[in-house]
Amino acid sequence: MAPLALGVAPFGLVVGVTAADQGLSVLDAAGMSVLVFAGASQLAAIDLLGEGAPLLVVVGTALVINLRMLMYSASIGPHVTDVSFRGRLAMTYLLVDQDYALSIVRWETRRETARAKLAYFLGVGIPLWVIWQVATVLGALFGGEVPDAIPLEFTITLVFLAILIPVLTDRPRVLAALVAGSVAIAANSLPANLALVVGSVSGIVAGAAAEARWGR
Amino acid sequence: MSDVLLATLAIAAGTFAIRASFLLTAGDRGRVSESTERVLRMIPPAAIAAIVALQLSDPEGSTSLVARLMAAAVAVVVTRIRANLVLALVAGMVTIVVVEALVS
Repeated sequence: MAPLALGVAPFGLVVGVTAADQGLSVLDAAGMSVLVFAGASQLAAIDLLGEGAPLLVVVGTALVINLRMLMYSASIGPHVTDVSFRGRLAMTYLLVDQDYALSIVRWETRRETARAKLAYFLGVGIPLWVIWQVATVLGALFGGEVPDAIPLEFTITLVFLAILIPVLTDRPRVLAALVAGSVAIAANSLPANLALVVGSVSGIVAGAAAEARWGR
Repeated sequence: MSDVLLATLAIAAGTFAIRASFLLTAGDRGRVSESTERVLRMIPPAAIAAIVALQLSDPEGSTSLVARLMAAAVAVVVTRIRANLVLALVAGMVTIVVVEALVS
């Protein structure tokens, strides 16, 4: 848990600082952290809002970024069918990369009661949530004074790279990533961040087809 | 309503729907089919790779392509050696600032 907090706090600070840098108020930044609670999409949305991108582009980009949670939801869902609806509602709100990764590893290796599962998930998710809120607000309060020589927007690329490497677990997934990346770049001239959607879909289709045909 | 608030609400609603997709509707339903799982498994690598590729190639970026690629390479190496986000972030940012200063 401690290393998780260590990773989340600076990331939250960066999101807060970027928000201040792009002219968002502290309240805007805090509101986004509470309502969205998904760092990478917040960072991308803040960046696009700062550039004055159309609302549809901002929202669409953020949602494509969060699409990976569809997989988390599907993979964690079967493990918690016996957890109460209210419990699953809380899990839904708190579902992020970190608590997903910890929980799925735990539940695939041991049997636990519904109560214990919920307690574990919330035990990871709630501290993450608190750290995230505090860090973004602190960043927003003290941000806006970062020297221009530091390209803050690049932190989001680095965060994604750090998430990408561990998911390249087998050949179909590597293929999915390669196809998605190349198609996205080739389609870069398309308007409104469509390249992101076109690239992602191409990668998903290629990877799934390769796995269906040749296995992992 | 401000643009920021509007965007926040729309992203929040969409993200909640994505998170709720299977978790909340699961109820008594069991695992997803094999073909669905195959597609779902490809979402993270494909979506994230597309994002990274676009950001690295971005011709409008304020930084040079060389600096971005070098910083990305450093971050990948750091991530592979030690799966530590903070370390990768710091190493990548130091690299981009230094290379940027050198080339400009």
